[in-house]
Amino acid sequence: MTAFDVLDPGPLLLIEDLGRPGSAHLGVPPSGAMDRASLRLANRLVGNAEGTAALEILAGGARLRARGPHWVAVTGAWGDVRTDGRPLPVDRAVLLPHGAILEFPVPDRGLRYYLAVRGGIGGADALGSRSTDVLSGIGPDPLLAGDVLVAGPVPALPVPPIDEAFTGPPLDGLVRLRLRPGPRTDWFAPGSMQALVDGEWRVSPASNRVGVRLEGEPLRRVRDDELPSEGMVAGALQVPPSGLPTILAADHPVTGGYPVIAVLVDADLDALGQLRPGQPVRFTRATGFA
Amino acid sequence: MTRSILPYGDRALLVQVDSLEEVLALYPAVDATRPPGVVDVVPAARSILVTVEPGVLPLRRVQDWLSALPPSRAAVRNVEDAVVIDVVYSGPDLDEVARVQGVGADDVIAWHTGTPWRVAFSGFAPGFGYLTAGSGRRIVPRRAEPRPRVAAGSVGLAGEFSGVYPRESPGGWQLIGATRARLWDAADEHPALLMPGRTVRFRAIPP
Repeated sequence: MTAFDVLDPGPLLLIEDLGRPGSAHLGVPPSGAMDRASLRLANRLVGNAEGTAALEILAGGARLRARGPHWVAVTGAWGDVRTDGRPLPVDRAVLLPHGAILEFPVPDRGLRYYLAVRGGIGGADALGSRSTDVLSGIGPDPLLAGDVLVAGPVPALPVPPIDEAFTGPPLDGLVRLRLRPGPRTDWFAPGSMQALVDGEWRVSPASNRVGVRLEGEPLRRVRDDELPSEGMVAGALQVPPSGLPTILAADHPVTGGYPVIAVLVDADLDALGQLRPGQPVRFTRATGFA
Repeated sequence: MTRSILPYGDRALLVQVDSLEEVLALYPAVDATRPPGVVDVVPAARSILVTVEPGVLPLRRVQDWLSALPPSRAAVRNVEDAVVIDVVYSGPDLDEVARVQGVGADDVIAWHTGTPWRVAFSGFAPGFGYLTAGSGRRIVPRRAEPRPRVAAGSVGLAGEFSGVYPRESPGGWQLIGATRARLWDAADEHPALLMPGRTVRFRAIPP
């Protein structure tokens, strides 16, 4: 069943689900939604299974037209999302009439909207996922104006009358992310973990789904030989010779040759996916057992 | 032989060993004994990354499992199981590789086709296997200037490894030949021709 016409994809309009973990040994990045909690919530709101494919809408400018009535839910970034010029309620299921036009402006908070449609966004799976991986090129191409999106079969669950999960908007201003030690703390000058935690960092505009780059006071490496390539995870703080960490994200390469000083706790990857260029970041040490 | 288990956030551990041979011996053992809750087992040059769902498999149990695991004894596979890749040896760097090794191009081809290779690990691109020749290894420097475009199917050498580019990409490996073999097909149930642990033989064919 036809779901949407893409009138304008904005800066980057992608189909994403929970990605394709389990194939890293073949060189396949995990990919999937940058903000998994928002993807899950959007799907729950329309009665889909949580990992159903939906749209990940980067920043502002995207415009879509509904084909046929569809239950949808918008989550993630907070902005003045409109349907036919009127404000669209977010974080709840909405029945869009045929022909309704959805507009996604530059968000006031966060960076990525998620739009789930009842039945999910249809298409072919690659390695068990419909996600677009911008690094490896696996999955559908980024969406373009004129693309027509189809909805999958209507799920067995009804549209729930209310969803009990309230996530709140993405954080404005300073964001605190929790760290655990990585495998290569010994590649850095003594006190580097403390410098990482004490430092004030900013999100570089050169960030994307492969990695979120940080600006700040460079960390000092004590070794400058080449690290034999080793496996990487989303959330790893990889430190190239510049000393400025890149936090690897969903579409990260499966192996890398820069030392990893620390790793975000898994639960903070969703906040990572909503960081805006220029946004200040501080790190704290995670407590308790892993 | 020393094995260290290094921390890697709240859902992974990194097993570090001293040599690629130890990775080759340990990876099949890790893969064959993986308990429920393991998400990925990623071999690399001197390490194996294990990622888990901590709610199913706590890291403490992963640590116990990986510390106690004996390496696989069946590290050398029957070469009858080898994937055979037909190659036209006319790559643009064949003569340069021969010159660096102080041999003729024919000798490079005889070595490359006469050696059983093994997929040590993947990376760089989906389906790109780092192939090791074990005791038959020859070290080949990377190109000083990477090429902006290397065609899919290009067969290359770099460091102690050989590899085949699954798709067109930039690349700094020395290119000695080309194959029509399909290295990667995302739509296939088994998308990668070369998986870690597989034996590979190259066969020279005329252009």
